[in-house]
Amino acid sequence: MTAVAQAHDSHDDHGPVKGIRRWLFSTNHKDIGTMYLVFSLTMFFVGGAMAMVIRSELAIPGLQFVHPEFFNQMTTMHALIMIFGAIMPAFVGLANWMIPLMIGAPDMALPRMNNWSFWILPIAFSMLLSTLLMPGGAPAAGWTMYPPLVLQTGDAFPFLIFSIHLMGISSIMGAINIIVTIINMRAPNMSLLKMPMFVWTWLITAYLLIAVMPVLAGAVTMLLTDQFFGTSFFLAAGGGDPVMFQHIFWFFGHPEVYIMILPAFGIVSEIIPVFSRKPLFGHDSMVYAASSIAFLSFIVWAHHMFTVGMPFTGQLFFMFTTMMIAVPTGVKIFNWVATMWRGAMSFETPMLFSLAFVFLFTIGGFSGLMLAIAPADIQYHDTYFVVAHFHYVLVPGSVFAIMAGAYYWLPKWTGHMYNEKLGKWHFWLSTIFVNLTFFPMHFLGLAGMPRRIPDYSTQFADFNAIASIGAFGFGLSQLLFVWVILSARKGKLATAEVWDNPPGLEWTVPSPAPYHTFETPPNIGANIGFEK
Amino acid sequence: MPEHDDNRSLVAQLLIMTVAMFGFGFLLVPLYDVFCEITGFGGRPNAAAAAAVEMPDLKREVRIQFVTTVNSNARFEFAPDVSNMTVHPGKMYYATFTAKNLTSQHKVAQAVPSIAPVSAAEHFTKIECFCFTTQDFLPNEERAMPLQFIVNPELPEYVDTITLQYTFFDLET
Repeated sequence: MTAVAQAHDSHDDHGPVKGIRRWLFSTNHKDIGTMYLVFSLTMFFVGGAMAMVIRSELAIPGLQFVHPEFFNQMTTMHALIMIFGAIMPAFVGLANWMIPLMIGAPDMALPRMNNWSFWILPIAFSMLLSTLLMPGGAPAAGWTMYPPLVLQTGDAFPFLIFSIHLMGISSIMGAINIIVTIINMRAPNMSLLKMPMFVWTWLITAYLLIAVMPVLAGAVTMLLTDQFFGTSFFLAAGGGDPVMFQHIFWFFGHPEVYIMILPAFGIVSEIIPVFSRKPLFGHDSMVYAASSIAFLSFIVWAHHMFTVGMPFTGQLFFMFTTMMIAVPTGVKIFNWVATMWRGAMSFETPMLFSLAFVFLFTIGGFSGLMLAIAPADIQYHDTYFVVAHFHYVLVPGSVFAIMAGAYYWLPKWTGHMYNEKLGKWHFWLSTIFVNLTFFPMHFLGLAGMPRRIPDYSTQFADFNAIASIGAFGFGLSQLLFVWVILSARKGKLATAEVWDNPPGLEWTVPSPAPYHTFETPPNIGANIGFEK
Repeated sequence: MPEHDDNRSLVAQLLIMTVAMFGFGFLLVPLYDVFCEITGFGGRPNAAAAAAVEMPDLKREVRIQFVTTVNSNARFEFAPDVSNMTVHPGKMYYATFTAKNLTSQHKVAQAVPSIAPVSAAEHFTKIECFCFTTQDFLPNEERAMPLQFIVNPELPEYVDTITLQYTFFDLET
């Protein structure tokens, strides 16, 4: 590949200001990306601590540690924090760091808005977490906030709604920034179909965000006015319909699950070719598959609510459209496997996480297909089978992809290699424990254990004990992740390319990436990014 | 700079999209109502009582079950006077429900209907129903509330039982 390593040591290349002002007022995409990632990791541990409370209570039958009300607060807050505080900001952080480097842009298109979209998040989450200290406690009606139950939330209710508004505003600003950057700031000669997959999947994700976050904002606004301003959107007494909330919520909620997985698809599509030493198989079909998934995500929402009483034709429609999503997803998985086929594979930590992603995400995909079968879903609905399904797609799915990306790009960010041996330990511990945690939940669900309960019948005891051991192991293993990141400061110096001949513009700048990169657009030939 | 103009117009488009989608969320509310009324989905009975013509189909019998629920915020007694009746499609029938205000205050209440199975909803026509309007209750008042209905003869063959469910709400709490 053409090495256009750029040394930015000219006189006008000023570094960041010192101290806290660098972070508070930063408009630099790398600083903001770092802040997003640190914030996300922090929230990952906050939400993780809540998961530990849940698993402690469920380790043995009976009520031992927490009150049922507090248990419900934990499940609700765990979900809200992991979705909006850990996974989504991690992807936005990676986008901030990598998209300008991958498309040869000097920064994000709207740097001041970028600063805002980050700093709204700590405010939103301080507000959400503060509800734990309020009379009546934190929201406890589940992250889906179904009325009328959610309207019984105490003082926390308006804080819940307003923090969701803020998270939505932050996501929308981030999405607008990413779209404008990708559309307007690509290096000359980089046509849309030459963009790296991570950039592509983020472009699609950003459009999904703009399409559905406002709908969520509308839905929670209706909850707010129902509670405080006398409207009856969802109150049957006033002529409203609580089931309508579920329709509006899942119109947001289903695209939301693809918001949390499409960038993960992008990350593993970057990593697998490098460690297979082959170009990505079927780049363009990957783009079409991701776009089809995004389109289909808008017409499947009611598969979350097969049990509310839907007419037969409605059930058939949502069942078949849901199953149709397996086709583009299958294309992607086929392409990843085909990329590895006869490649000179090596198994560094980012590759291990990516391989586990492909395998374990597929398990989550298959349980999703089982749930899509409307008559069977009547049995699975609101059981631990659902919990097993969405944790398989989110933990060894999204979270593993984020970790793969973190290991893959960490040398570019810090200029130092992480400790490969510890990275592998982190991988194996995480993979073993994640399966120990979530695999038994399939059996629990099929046996009929309902979700969102603090106590259960004794026949579920063994699998729950196993899941709790797995959860504690997984939680502790993540401390190792933090240690690997922190100890990378002392790791050996990374080269600009870091890995074995990786494609992509981000590897043409030195490691660590200078504070300002690509102030003049890179001169790229006809075949950049991935070699076709 | 042309690049800045590009950014500005793209940002403007994306912001319009955001606002439009926020509006779309609210637009779903009337769309949902219209959709349910046209199709009878969600067990929503036909509110617009079409001019019903009596064409009794005496060969067919359909069982009507009345189910009542009092919302937890309402201090009322509310029950059907007969809990089920057998009817012929195309013939007009009357039923009464009795509600009693259990408080010593003046109350305004309303019953909200729902019909199961869904496929029967569009064929169950209420000519007159206490659920059409809000109901005023004097302190401790007890009174009978009338329902006049007709089951459309086009009711699908496989429906032999229709459940009409009312939830009774106190509108003041």
